[in-house]
Amino acid sequence: MITAERKLFDDLYAKASQHKKVLLLGCGTCVTVCMAGGEKEVDILESQLKLAARERGDDFEVTTHTIVRQCDDEFFDEETSRKIAAADAVISLACGVGIQFCSEKYSKQRVYAGVNTVFYGATIEQGKWEERCAGCGECIVDKTGGICPIARCSKSLLNGPCGGTTNGKCEVSDDIECAWALIVKRMKELGRLEELSEISAPKNWATSRDGGPRRIVHESLLLDEGAKKNG
Amino acid sequence: MEKEPTIIAFCCHYCAFTAADLAGTMRKQYPTNIRIVRIPCTGKADENMVLRAFVEGADGVMVAGCEIGSCHFIQGNVRALKRIAHAKKLLGETGVNPDRLEFYHVAASQGPLFATTSAEFTERIKQLNAGGKASPDTKSAEGSTGDV
Repeated sequence: MITAERKLFDDLYAKASQHKKVLLLGCGTCVTVCMAGGEKEVDILESQLKLAARERGDDFEVTTHTIVRQCDDEFFDEETSRKIAAADAVISLACGVGIQFCSEKYSKQRVYAGVNTVFYGATIEQGKWEERCAGCGECIVDKTGGICPIARCSKSLLNGPCGGTTNGKCEVSDDIECAWALIVKRMKELGRLEELSEISAPKNWATSRDGGPRRIVHESLLLDEGAKKNG
Repeated sequence: MEKEPTIIAFCCHYCAFTAADLAGTMRKQYPTNIRIVRIPCTGKADENMVLRAFVEGADGVMVAGCEIGSCHFIQGNVRALKRIAHAKKLLGETGVNPDRLEFYHVAASQGPLFATTSAEFTERIKQLNAGGKASPDTKSAEGSTGDV
């Protein structure tokens, strides 16, 4: 999933208090799972803004709404459009994708980012999320025991570990596991350690961000012009 | 004359709520400022439940649950402690004094403790309303001795 963290309250308050009527728009998918921008977090922010406005003597209205996904056109239904139109500004608590999609769709509306999008990650235990994928466009984890060196090695090395590994930890921080130490351990367990003696060639980063913004097209799923017009 | 504060007390059905009932049975008086909301376990009390109480006009919120190790749902009170600590942080961000929110451990048999805790918390909120600082509260979650 895409993980995010809510922006600092003072930043959000500064944005909200510039307007008379603010809609807090939550997203029911990734940011709900990582507890950054789902219905619950939207409700908490609503309460906080109302309390802070009372404390600081400001006067603005806060409303809330949460949809299943903000990165998909079909979930912006009539009710959502009505609520967005009725507000002077929207604080979207979706990830960067959802915020942009909402902003593109309602191009005349002021849409603020309510969260900072951080990484593609997994829930490693309740309340903890960790980066697992860098979205590089060419997955190699089948060669590395199911552990991604691009996302989990601080240097994204394809032939590791580097000299900075110490007792299974990365030189960047003792809190970071050395991905290549994990890979070697896993490959040993799998009886495939020999496979690591093969040197990986330099990666073609054109499939990643180096190739510019990316797009996926499924020809078989595309609608013809007539179907698009009919919705 | 100072307006009487409104205090919401979210009380666990298995302990503090029974203790409040016992306080009445024992003719122990506690301030009429306290409005009790019975919840199945303090583990039910999440951050927004207490924030909403403040939004709706509460001057103070106390959450009262079982002593550590006595939760009917094993871990509910432990989880509540963490959530209330987080709610205090969220309250502080808004400018509301986090001392207006407190967690207490009150066992079902501790009717008199519920009465004294309620009185102390009410006094704290009155002082805060008057612009003073919260007085140190020896029977809060950190310092509860639990004497009946």
